[in-house]
Amino acid sequence: MIWGWIPRNVELIVDRTIEHLWLALLPVLLGLVISVPLGWLATRTALARTVLVTVTGLLYTVPSLALIVMLPLVLGTQILDPLNVVVALTIYTVALLVRSVADALDAVPPVVVAAATAMGYPPWRRFLAVELPLAVPVIVAGLRVAAVSNTSLVTVGALVGLGGLGQLFTEGFQRDIPSEILTGIVVVLLLALVLDALLLALGRAVTPWTRAGADAGRAR
Amino acid sequence: MTALLDWFADPANWTGGDGVPARLVEHVYYTLLAIVLAGIVAVPVGAAVGHTGRGGFLVVGAANSLRALPTLGLLVLLANAVGIGLLPPLIALVVLAVPPILAGTYAGVQAVDRAVVDAARGMGMSEREILLQVELPNALPLVIGGLRSATLQVISTATIAAFVSLGGLGRYIIDGLSVRNYAEMAAGSILVALLAVAADLALAGLQRGLVSPGLRVRGRAPRRPAPA
Repeated sequence: MIWGWIPRNVELIVDRTIEHLWLALLPVLLGLVISVPLGWLATRTALARTVLVTVTGLLYTVPSLALIVMLPLVLGTQILDPLNVVVALTIYTVALLVRSVADALDAVPPVVVAAATAMGYPPWRRFLAVELPLAVPVIVAGLRVAAVSNTSLVTVGALVGLGGLGQLFTEGFQRDIPSEILTGIVVVLLLALVLDALLLALGRAVTPWTRAGADAGRAR
Repeated sequence: MTALLDWFADPANWTGGDGVPARLVEHVYYTLLAIVLAGIVAVPVGAAVGHTGRGGFLVVGAANSLRALPTLGLLVLLANAVGIGLLPPLIALVVLAVPPILAGTYAGVQAVDRAVVDAARGMGMSEREILLQVELPNALPLVIGGLRSATLQVISTATIAAFVSLGGLGRYIIDGLSVRNYAEMAAGSILVALLAVAADLALAGLQRGLVSPGLRVRGRAPRRPAPA
């Protein structure tokens, strides 16, 4: 084990980590933006739900390397284009989140929706100001799973050009530097842990009423 | 696109050690081997944990932290330490297959209605009989659910393992990349995707077919695993 590799390559590790972060997080953001309207659609009609659940379930089973390699056929990109990795991870995120969003919206108590309607909320305002906020905890749970699995899946991209910290795996293997491989694994695990904790904290911060409700319950 | 069709039409790609049938058989062989080995370890342990209720958080924790473990990193680390050959990727495949099966078996056994278990105990069944004749049959949907996610994980990781010289359909992707033959890569990807979808559908069918009719009504699907 040549531990000297780490201090000599701090800059490389930091660069790869930054690259890794945006490759993992951009799909989470894009996935969220796409999933909210799709999830809403799934709660509107049974047909939309069946189609969305079937299609996302199917996409979900496709192995990551296969999906990344197949995307140029659809997108017309080059095989080494980082866009393939971003789109592949966005597809997985959407596949996961559409169900979270639909389940979360279904779980909003009908009386709350009725009360908002009675207070004069037009449907789209009611969705944005009442239903969506109440769905946040379940959506955040889905986001955490997506962020963690994306963080680990980015590394697969290293086999076809761009994989952030995954390049430490391919390089470390080809140049026979085990400490480079280990560094990659440890940093990926740490990133996943940190992102998971941050999303959990963010979810709590934007839903102060979940704690207020718990306190009120105790006071009674 | 035409290059891709040409690849599938070329008889040379359908025969010999590098032909589609041989690569498909290899891929299925690695997958079955890893799942059987993982199942031998994970089903009894998961059942014991679910039956006694002790150590459950460890099982769930292992399954959740697996999501974060980069499979390519695990593969190259093992190949670097053990060397090239079937053994290092096989170890990785088994390591990745154990947690979902463990979690599925544990969740299944643990979720069996306590009243059912008490009734079995009241009828004079031994703990062993309760586990084998009551809890495991009741847990079957979730056990097979665990096998399903493990199978997808293994098919996917076996593809990536072509990078550390494993055979199987991933060879087309890795070999195609090294000679800049995109048609070969795309063909390999399509075959892997078809294999994964077929395996998932087959296990979903098994899940429905093996489950006792009395259990079919209840049932929210278990939470889906991470993509692989």
